[in-house]
Amino acid sequence: MLMSGSASLYEKRKGVYPKAVDGFYRRLKWAIMAVTLAIYWGTPWLRWDRGPYAPDQAVLVDLAHRRFYMFAIEIWPQEFYYVAGLLIMAGIGLFLVTSAVGRAWCGYACPQTVWTDLYQHVERFIDGDRNAQLKLAKAPWSAAKIARRFVKWSIWLGIAFITGGAWIFYFADAPTLQQQFWTGTAAPVAYATTFVLTATTFVLGGFMREQVCIYMCPWPRIQTAMLDEKSLVVTYKNWRGEKRGSLKKAEAHPAEYGDCIDCNQCVAVCPTGIDIREGPQIGCITCALCIDACDKVMAQVGRPRGLIDYCTQDDAEAEQKGAPPRPVLKTLLRPRTIAYFAVWVGIGAAMLFALGARERLEISAQQDRNPIFVRLSDGAIRNAYTVKLRNMEARPRAMEVGLIDLPGGRMWTDTGSRETATTTVRTTVPADSVAKLRVFLMLPPGGPARTDFHFTLRALDREGGHVSEPARFERP
Amino acid sequence: MADEKRIDPATGTQIKHHEWDGIQELDTPLPRWWLWTFYATILFAIGYTIAYPAWPMIDRATGGMLGWSSRGALDKELAARERQIAPIRKAIADTPITALPGHPELMQQAIEGGRAAFRVHCVQCHGSGAAGSKGYPNLNDDDWLWGGDLATIEKTITDGIRNPNHDATRQSLMPAFGKDQLLTAAQVDDVVAHVRTISGQDRPSAASRRGDKVFADNCAVCHGPAGKGNRELGAPNLTDAIWLYGGDAGTIHETVWNSRHGVMPRWDDKLDKATIRMLATYVHSLGGGEASPPAAVATGR
Repeated sequence: MLMSGSASLYEKRKGVYPKAVDGFYRRLKWAIMAVTLAIYWGTPWLRWDRGPYAPDQAVLVDLAHRRFYMFAIEIWPQEFYYVAGLLIMAGIGLFLVTSAVGRAWCGYACPQTVWTDLYQHVERFIDGDRNAQLKLAKAPWSAAKIARRFVKWSIWLGIAFITGGAWIFYFADAPTLQQQFWTGTAAPVAYATTFVLTATTFVLGGFMREQVCIYMCPWPRIQTAMLDEKSLVVTYKNWRGEKRGSLKKAEAHPAEYGDCIDCNQCVAVCPTGIDIREGPQIGCITCALCIDACDKVMAQVGRPRGLIDYCTQDDAEAEQKGAPPRPVLKTLLRPRTIAYFAVWVGIGAAMLFALGARERLEISAQQDRNPIFVRLSDGAIRNAYTVKLRNMEARPRAMEVGLIDLPGGRMWTDTGSRETATTTVRTTVPADSVAKLRVFLMLPPGGPARTDFHFTLRALDREGGHVSEPARFERP
Repeated sequence: MADEKRIDPATGTQIKHHEWDGIQELDTPLPRWWLWTFYATILFAIGYTIAYPAWPMIDRATGGMLGWSSRGALDKELAARERQIAPIRKAIADTPITALPGHPELMQQAIEGGRAAFRVHCVQCHGSGAAGSKGYPNLNDDDWLWGGDLATIEKTITDGIRNPNHDATRQSLMPAFGKDQLLTAAQVDDVVAHVRTISGQDRPSAASRRGDKVFADNCAVCHGPAGKGNRELGAPNLTDAIWLYGGDAGTIHETVWNSRHGVMPRWDDKLDKATIRMLATYVHSLGGGEASPPAAVATGR
C-alpha cells in the first residue's frame, strides 16, 4: 500500500517579539552581558610583557609559530593537553552550574543568548516594544518599514562585523592586525574569518535566535539529562496560580481562582516565545525574565512575589504540601554540586601544579637508521643522532648535552670533528625555539651489539634545569 | 495495458504497472533541476573531450585543443621549481667549495641539494645511506682513498676514478702480482701474511717475516713502507680497520693475485657544476669529512 498524507515535519517559525521588562534578573542579565562582551572584545587588546623574544599580547593563539600564550602561561604544541585540561574544566564547570542552577549558562552567558539579547535591544530601540513590532511585522512593505528595517539591519550588521572582526585578533598581534586589516594587507584568512563570523552572527542573532536553542543546540538535550529534582529551574507554581482567571473574575470569586490573573506578561517577555505555565520544557533557557514580569504584576495586584520563581522540583512538591519556600542558596549546597566542585577544583589545582613544575627545556634524540653504525679506520664504532633541544623560555640559553651510562663514549657535532670529540657538547639555543644538532657518538671497538644509555640536557644559566632522553648505541 | 494509466490519488502521480504482494511503485518523474544538471554534464563532457586529450586513436589519443598533457604540466612545475632555486644554484656554482663553509646558509642548502642528487645518481653503487658495499666505499667513515676534504671530494666526483678515455680521471693501477707472474705463489702467500700482520689481524709469523721483504720490494712504493697508503696515488691504507673488498686472508690473496680496478664514472659530463659541488658537500657532511688544508681556504681554491 502507498504511504500517503502524513503530517508535515516542518513547523514554520512563529515570530517572537519579547516585551521589554525590568527587574532583578533583567539587571543581572545586563551586568553579565556587559562583562562577557567586555571580555570578548577587550581580551585581545590586553598587553603582557614577555621580554624581547615573545609577543606582548596577553592572550594569543599564535598558529603560525605554534604557540599559545595566556598571560604568564606559554604552551607549546606538545603541551596541548593543558588546553584539553582547560576544556575538561569548562565541561565540568558546566555540569556544576547545571546541577546547581539549571540552565544558567543558556539563560545568561551563552553567546547565542548574549548576542540575541543585544540584537533584541537594538530591535526595540528601532521598532519599538512588542506591540509596535507585531504591528510592523504585519504591515505591508512601505517606505517607512523599509527604512526601519534598513536601519535595524545596518546596526545588526555593524555589531556582527565587530563581533566577527574581534575573533581574528586572538590569532595575531591585535594592533598590527587591525592596521593590516584596514590597509588590505592582512592575510586572506583574516578577511574570510571575519566575513563568515559576521554572517553567522547576523543570521543567528538577528533571525534564527531561539531556533538555535530549540533545534540546533545539543546542549539543552545534554542538560535535560543532568538536571535532577534538586536543580533550580524556573517554575510556575501552579498550585498557587490555578485556577487562573482575570482579576475581575478572581475578585468576584476569590475562593475559585488562584493568584495567576492570566495577564500573559510571562509569555510576552519570553525570548523563546514559550508559556512557562505549561511546565518545564526544552524551550526554556531559564533566563528568568518571566519571573521579573510576574513579580511586577503580583506587586501591582498586591499579591506576594514568586508565583513564577526559581525552585527545585523537590521544593515544589514540599511547597505544594504547605512547606514555606526554601531560600535559593540552601539548594545550592548538596553532595552532587560539592562533588562536581571538588573535581573541578582538583583538576584546576593539578594543572596549576603541573604548569608550575614543568621543565622549560626538553631533549629528544633520534638515531640514524641508515647506516645504523659506521666503522672508523681505527676500528672504533660511530653512531649518529639528530638531537633536538627545546628551549621554551623567552630568552636564549646556554645548554650542555651530556651522556650517562655510556662509559668511553665521546661525541662531536657536525661543526666539530673527531679530533675535538669530548664527553659533552655545548651550544646556545635561541629564545623560544628548537635547536637541531647532528651528534656523532663514538665508542672504542668491541662490546655488546646494543647499549642503552641516556642523553642529558643541562641548562648552564643560573636557573638551571636538567632533563634526559633514553637512546641506544649499536655495534656490529 | 500500456494505455491504462493509473494515478495515485494521494500524490497525483502515475503508478507503475508491476506489483509485488500488493506493493506498488510510484513512477515519480525526475526533478527538472536534476535532469537539466544531467544534460549539462553531458554537454560539459563533450566540451571536455574536445579541449583535453580523450579519444583513443590507433597509436595515441586525441591531443585536445588546449594542448594540455600531464607530462607537460609536470615539466611546467619542474621548470617553475628550477627557476625558483636557480639563484641558489648559481650562488653555489659561483662560490669556491672551500669557501662554502663560510656561508652556513648556502652550505646547508648545498648539503640538502646534494642529499637529493645523491638519491638519484649515487645510491645505485654507494647505497641509500652512503654506506657502500664490497667494492664500493662507505662514504660515512673517515677512511679516504684519495682524500676527504671538500675540494678533493669534488675533484673525485668531477673526474671519476679510472673513467675510460678521460685524462683527468683519477688513476691507480695496482698490478696483478699473481696472475701476471710478478710474484710467485709462495711470495703472494707471504705478502698476504704480512698485510694481515700489519693490520693487526694476525700475529707475526715466519711467513709474514718473509712477506715483509716482498712488501718492501713490490708494494711499499705505493702503499708506503709501513703500509699506511698514499692518497696521491689512491693507494689504500692497509693498516686500518676498513677494507674496501675485505680483510680476510682469502680476499687479500685475491686482491694481490688479480688486483682490483674499481671504476667510478666521471660526472662532469652528466651533471652541472653546482650539482657536483652540492654532492661533494653532502658526502663531506656524512661524518668523515676532513678540514680543507689551510692553503686551499686562503686561496679559495
